[in-house]
Amino acid sequence: MTESASSRFVFDPSANRSRPLWRRLIPQRWYAHLILTISVIVITFPMFYALLISTQSNPEVYNHKFTPGSRFFENLHTVMVQRNMGRFMLNSFVIALSIAVGKTVMSVLAGLGLVYFRYPGKWIVFGFVLVTLIMPGDVLLIALYRRVVSFDAWPHPYVALTLPLLASATGVFIFRQHFMTMPPDLSEAAQLDGASPLQFLFRVLIPLSWNTIGALMVIMFLFGWNQFLWPLILLRDQDLQVVQWGMQSLTQSLEVGDNFGPMMMGVIITSLPPMIVFLILQRQFMKGFALTRDK
Amino acid sequence: MEEIAYSVHPAIVTLVGALLGAGYFAFLRWQTQAGGLNISLGVGALAGVIGATLLTAPLGYCMFQADQKSEDIIIGWIAVLLGLMLTLNLFSMLLWRYFRGQRLLPRGDTTPGAFRGRFGLLYAMTVLSPTILVLVFFVYLPMVDTLRFSTFLARFGAPRTRFICVSNFSRMLADLDYHSNLFLSFALSFGIIIIAMSLALLIASMLNQPIVGANIYRTLLIWPYAISPLVAGVIFSLLLGTESGIVNRVLDLTLGVKVPWLVTVPAAQISVVLASVWNVIGFNILFYTAGLQTIPKDLLESASIDGAGAWQRFARITFPLLSPFTFFLIVTNTIYAFFDTFSLIFVLTRGGPTESTFTAMYRVYVTGILSSDIGKSTAQSLILFLIVVGITIFQFRVGQRRVQYGNY
Repeated sequence: MTESASSRFVFDPSANRSRPLWRRLIPQRWYAHLILTISVIVITFPMFYALLISTQSNPEVYNHKFTPGSRFFENLHTVMVQRNMGRFMLNSFVIALSIAVGKTVMSVLAGLGLVYFRYPGKWIVFGFVLVTLIMPGDVLLIALYRRVVSFDAWPHPYVALTLPLLASATGVFIFRQHFMTMPPDLSEAAQLDGASPLQFLFRVLIPLSWNTIGALMVIMFLFGWNQFLWPLILLRDQDLQVVQWGMQSLTQSLEVGDNFGPMMMGVIITSLPPMIVFLILQRQFMKGFALTRDK
Repeated sequence: MEEIAYSVHPAIVTLVGALLGAGYFAFLRWQTQAGGLNISLGVGALAGVIGATLLTAPLGYCMFQADQKSEDIIIGWIAVLLGLMLTLNLFSMLLWRYFRGQRLLPRGDTTPGAFRGRFGLLYAMTVLSPTILVLVFFVYLPMVDTLRFSTFLARFGAPRTRFICVSNFSRMLADLDYHSNLFLSFALSFGIIIIAMSLALLIASMLNQPIVGANIYRTLLIWPYAISPLVAGVIFSLLLGTESGIVNRVLDLTLGVKVPWLVTVPAAQISVVLASVWNVIGFNILFYTAGLQTIPKDLLESASIDGAGAWQRFARITFPLLSPFTFFLIVTNTIYAFFDTFSLIFVLTRGGPTESTFTAMYRVYVTGILSSDIGKSTAQSLILFLIVVGITIFQFRVGQRRVQYGNY
């Protein structure tokens, strides 16, 4: 691969000397491989163990069997049908997708408004958005809850749930920085061609921003999918609850003599969608954070 | 009209503010030797007066009234101090700009490549309006509400509220349970920062070496970032169960001991730290990997030629150049420890045993939602807000002074 050629630079001064055969048989930087392998084992073990337990029954868990058990489909049925997790996953998916798309669209528009127009007091607008970074939603939780429930004309509980989460100081900041690194010639040329700002946004800016959009979508989807406390206190109807709530209700069933299998099945299916999103958008995510080796 | 009796008269409070402000500005003038002394003293006194009245006057100086307890007076002086910190910094910044002959306020409207035309402001406001409206209604107004309710005796479901000055805060001063909640939050962030950040730095340094399969390692290591704190808590409740847990099974086979992880006091807190570290380490690896790639390789190469060993290169070049990432991670990990661990603790220990794993955020939930005491819980939220502001300023200040931004 080109990677080894481009990263031929090594810090180890002894690398270029002729080495005895037994040294050449051991991979270079074996200590790095050792540390990374141990880290991978330790970090991935809890998830693999959860996957193993999700196929087992309680006696198998207490006997610490390290072979897949026989109850995979029973556990899946218990979780998805009896404990309604299929419904909760759908709910969370709708919420997380709305939040991710809404936040991204609003941040792109705000970034456009903060970079490509000339008006007095622009820094006040930017400061107004940026200051909210130090006001985390959890600090405002009680007051926000009181304000949201005091308004009783919400068309759907999910509107009340997602709308307060839609503005994103992080997103606005990221798109503003991203747009400011774009060469000004782009918008000059677009103006010469008679394009309106929105045409410029859709034809030029967005096609050049897919990595940033992808990275932000991953973060925002995870943010939406991981919502727990806000839906916990806001949603009265259990059928509308989110997947994290369903997950914690599975842990409560444990206390009445149910078993570990369904609980870990819950862990697996709750974690699958964010992992799939993460894997699909990984390339954009890494590039959005400038993480690829050859920039 | 009845005269209100004060134990500390508002005029004295204002005077103290003016004196402190003038003194601070005189000190700044002496330190920098810039600008006129008289204007420094004048602006300083003005900033001091505004700072001293900023948080006390809206409450009618109620904490300094004669019938208040000594705790309320302490809170009053803390409010004066917070107001002073805000206005003195702001005014000194403005005065400094004035002395250097700069405009007092930045222009900020000279973007190259901006669209020409008369409707710039209108167009900009249209595309900005969704963000601004949501922020006004769901961030700024709740912030004002939080400030207001923290001085009230108010409950969910109760129609009447009563103004009780700063009693919600002064009771916190004496509330030992709340002190231990706050202490736990700080200890938790300390543990997470120390363990998760140093391990992440070690792993990221290994990932940064030119080795075969680095991309695969990286994907496998960053991935717990996608796991929610609540799920992390559930997984660790399985791993750390006293009879069912695999950790105790291994300990039993090797050392012959079983640790009651989730039900005894120091062990439960250690369990929370372990689960949080596992949950947050992917995020830290992600950012340290990004940070390590910003370090110029030729710098390390020339140091290597000059005979610097691996450890010296790390301590003298890599670590200092990483400091912006380190400060960013300190802030995000602290915020994780203060807020995001709520759901992890909710399923792992439920705050127990005997409330020993109640963090400050858990206390806000219990006070505000379970006991529906709005006044007390918004006051507790405000303490959390001050801590967030504090660490952000810490990052900003220390970051500006000591961080190497590296103009390479």
